[in-house]
Amino acid sequence: MVPVERLLPNREAADLLKLVTEIAREELAPISAEYEAAERFPREQFRLLGRSGLLGLPYQERWGGAGLGYEVYLACLEELAAAWMTVGVGLSVHTMSCYALAEYGTDAQRDRWLPDMLGGELLGGYALSETNAGSDPASMSTRADAEGARYRINGTKAWITHGGVADYYKLMARTGEGSHGISCFLVDAGIPGLEATPPEKKMGLTGSPTTQLVFSNVEVEGDRLLGEEGQGLPIALSALDSGRLGIAACAVGLARAALDEAVAYAKGRSQFGRPIADFQGIEFLLADMAAGVETGRAMYVDAARRRDAGLAFAKQASIAKLVATDAAMKVTTDAVQVFGGAGYTRDFPVERYLREAKVPQIFEGTNQIQRMVIARHLKSS
Amino acid sequence: MNIVVLVKQVPDTYSERKLSDADSTLDRDSADAVLDEINEKAVEQALQIKEAGEGEVTVVCVGPDRATDAIRKALSMGADKAVHVCDDALHGSDVLATAKVIAAAIGKGDAPDLVLAGNEATDGGGGAIPAILSELLGLPQLTHAREVSIEGQTVKATRETDEGLTYLEANLPAIVSVAEKINEPRYPSFKGIMAAKKKPVDTFTVADLGVDAGEVGLGNAWSAVTEAAPKPPRAAGQKAEDEGDGGTKIAEYLVTQKLI
Ligand SMILES: Cc1cc2nc3c(=O)[nH]c(=O)nc-3n(C[C@H](O)[C@H](O)[C@H](O)COP(=O)(O)OP(=O)(O)OC[C@H]3O[C@@H](n4cnc5c(N)ncnc54)[C@H](O)[C@@H]3O)c2cc1C
Ligand SMILES: Cc1cc2nc3c(=O)[nH]c(=O)nc-3n(C[C@H](O)[C@H](O)[C@H](O)COP(=O)(O)OP(=O)(O)OC[C@H]3O[C@@H](n4cnc5c(N)ncnc54)[C@H](O)[C@@H]3O)c2cc1C
Repeated sequence: MVPVERLLPNREAADLLKLVTEIAREELAPISAEYEAAERFPREQFRLLGRSGLLGLPYQERWGGAGLGYEVYLACLEELAAAWMTVGVGLSVHTMSCYALAEYGTDAQRDRWLPDMLGGELLGGYALSETNAGSDPASMSTRADAEGARYRINGTKAWITHGGVADYYKLMARTGEGSHGISCFLVDAGIPGLEATPPEKKMGLTGSPTTQLVFSNVEVEGDRLLGEEGQGLPIALSALDSGRLGIAACAVGLARAALDEAVAYAKGRSQFGRPIADFQGIEFLLADMAAGVETGRAMYVDAARRRDAGLAFAKQASIAKLVATDAAMKVTTDAVQVFGGAGYTRDFPVERYLREAKVPQIFEGTNQIQRMVIARHLKSS
Repeated sequence: MNIVVLVKQVPDTYSERKLSDADSTLDRDSADAVLDEINEKAVEQALQIKEAGEGEVTVVCVGPDRATDAIRKALSMGADKAVHVCDDALHGSDVLATAKVIAAAIGKGDAPDLVLAGNEATDGGGGAIPAILSELLGLPQLTHAREVSIEGQTVKATRETDEGLTYLEANLPAIVSVAEKINEPRYPSFKGIMAAKKKPVDTFTVADLGVDAGEVGLGNAWSAVTEAAPKPPRAAGQKAEDEGDGGTKIAEYLVTQKLI
C-alpha cells in the first residue's frame, strides 16, 4: 500500500494513524480476501480495534471516546477501508450507532451505556430501513407502542449491517403517525423477541452480514428512548450527515487500494515488448483514477474540517459521499480494465473491489438521494 | 523491580533497505523507520513482568533524532520513561562503542534489576550487544530466551538455539535477550499514545555520559565495511518435466547438488 501523506493537526494524530496503518497492514489486509470469500465476519478484529481505543474516536473522552475531530477519524477509516472495506464500513456504522446516545441521550443514559459502546469491545448496528421504506424512511411501519413505563416493539427492519453480530442496535420505530411520529431507541441485541434473519446473499461486502431484524412483542424500558418521542427522524437524518462522511472516506480507501494494485500491475505487465504502464492509453487511465481518489479525499477532508470547525456541513457531506462513491465505482472498474483478463478472475483482488464499490453508491442514502439533498440546500439558500 | 529495555529504531522490513554510497553504513533516510520488532517483544516482556508484580520500565535508545518515534512507540505500549542517547558523533559506531554508551546510559539511572534486549536487530545487527553489555556491567547474561520468568530474586529463561533448548537460571540483576518466539507484542492504544506524550524522556550526548568521543563513531570503529554489493537477483529455478519419472529426476538433481 502506497502511504498517504496527510496534513495532520498534531503528533498524537500522526501516531494514531501509524497505529491504524500497522493494524490494517498486519491484522486486516492478510485475511480480508479469505474472510470475504467465506462470508465470515471479522468479529475478533473488531475487538482488537476496541482494545486499541478505535471504536469511539470522534466522541467525548468523558464517555470513553478519544475526543478527536472528524478529519483524523476519517483518515483512520480510509486506512482501514483500504485494507478491508468490511472493517471500514463496519467501524463507520458502529460510530453512527453511537450517535443518537452521544448527542441526544441524557447524562444518566450516557453514563450507563456509552462507555462500553465507545471505549469497550461492544459492536453496534443501526436500524432505520425497512423493505418498503428505504429512500423514504418516513414511511416506515415498525411500531413502538407505549405501555405504561415501557414500549412494545413490533415490525421488521431490513438491510441491517451487523445484524446478528452486533451487541445492540439503534432503532427507529413509529410511536405516532407521520414523519413526526418516529422515535429512536437503544435496544440490546439479546432481548427476547428480537431475531436476525440469515444474511442477504450480496454481490460484495460479503464479510459484513446484512440481515433483517424481526421484532415480535419486544418490550423495552422507557429509559431506552433516546431524545424525545417524535424526534427520531431528525436524529436519524442528522446521524446520516456524519455517517455519509464515513462512507465517503471508506470509498476513498477502497478506490486507493484498487489504484495501488493497478499501478503495480501495469508496471510489471508487458505487452508489445513494453510495460503496459508505458502506453498512453494506460497512463491516462491511471491518471484519471488517481484524480478520482484524490478528489474524493479532498471532498471528505473539506467537509470534515467544516464539521470540526462547527460550521454547517450537510451539503458538503452529501457532495463528498456522491463524488467519492461514484469515483470508487469508476476507479475499481478501471482497475479491472488495467488487469485485462486477469482482473476478471478471483486470483486478484480488483474484481472484489469492483463488487464492493457498488454498495456505497446505494447505502446511507442512494446517490440520487444525495443529489436531492444537495439540490434542497441550493434552493433554500 | 526496575526494568531497563534496550530499543533500537531500524528501517521497516516492508521498505527497501540499502547501504549509503558514501560510507557503507546503513542508509537510514531511504526507508521508513520503525521500532525493531524484536524490541517490541522485549518491551512486551518487560510489561508482562511489570503487570504480574510491580515495577518500572525504562527504555534506553541510542540513535539519531528521529529515533524519538521508536521511543514514543515503546512508551505508548506502556513503558514508563525513556533515556535517549543522541549525538552525531555516534554515527557509524561499532558494537563495542555502542555497548559502552548503553552501559553509561544505564548507569545514569537507578541500578536495574533486569535488563531486557532483543537477541539481534533486524538491520546491521551484530547480535553481540547483550553479551558485551553483560561484560561491561558485570551481570549474568541469559540470551536467546523464548520464555522468561521471575521468581523472587531469580530469573529463569528457556534459551533456544539451533542446538536445542537450554534451561538457564541466574540471580538478579541480570541481562536477558529475547528471541523471536518469546511473545506477540501488544499494539499501543489511543490512550497509550496520549499517555506517552506526558512520559519523561531524558536525552544525553556522549559527553553527558562521560564517554570519550574518541571511543565512538565510524572513525574509531574496530570493524569497517570495505565493500558492499546488492544481493544478486534470484536465478530462475531448474524445471523438470514429469513424464512419469519426476521422482527419479528430483533425486538425480539432489545427487548432483550433493544433498543426497
Ligand atoms: C449492504 C447494505 C447495507 C445496509 N446497511 C443498512 C443499515 O445498517 N441500516 C439501515 O437502516 N439501512 C441499511 N441499508 C439500507 C440502505 O440504506 C437502503 O438500501 C437505501 O437507503 C436505499 O433504499 P432501498 O434499497 O429501499 O431502495 P429504494 O429506495 O427502493 O430505491 C430504488 C431506486 O430508486 C431511487 N429513488 C428512490 N427515491 C427516489 C427519488 N425521490 N428520486 C430519484 N430516485 C429515487 C433510488 O436512488 C434507487 O436508485 C443497507 C443496504 C445495503 C445494500
Ligand atoms: C472470461 C474470458 C474469456 C476469454 N475467452 C477467450 C477465448 O475463448 N479465446 C482466447 O483466445 N482468449 C480468450 N480470452 C482472453 C482475452 O481475449 C484477453 O484477456 C484479452 O485479449 C486481453 O489480454 P490480457 O488479458 O492478456 O490483457 P493485457 O493484454 O495484458 O492487457 C492489460 C491492459 O493493458 C491494455 N493494453 C495492452 N496493450 C496496450 C496498448 N498497446 N495500448 C494501450 N493499452 C494496452 C489493455 O487494454 C488492458 O487494459 C478470454 C478472457 C476472459 C477474461
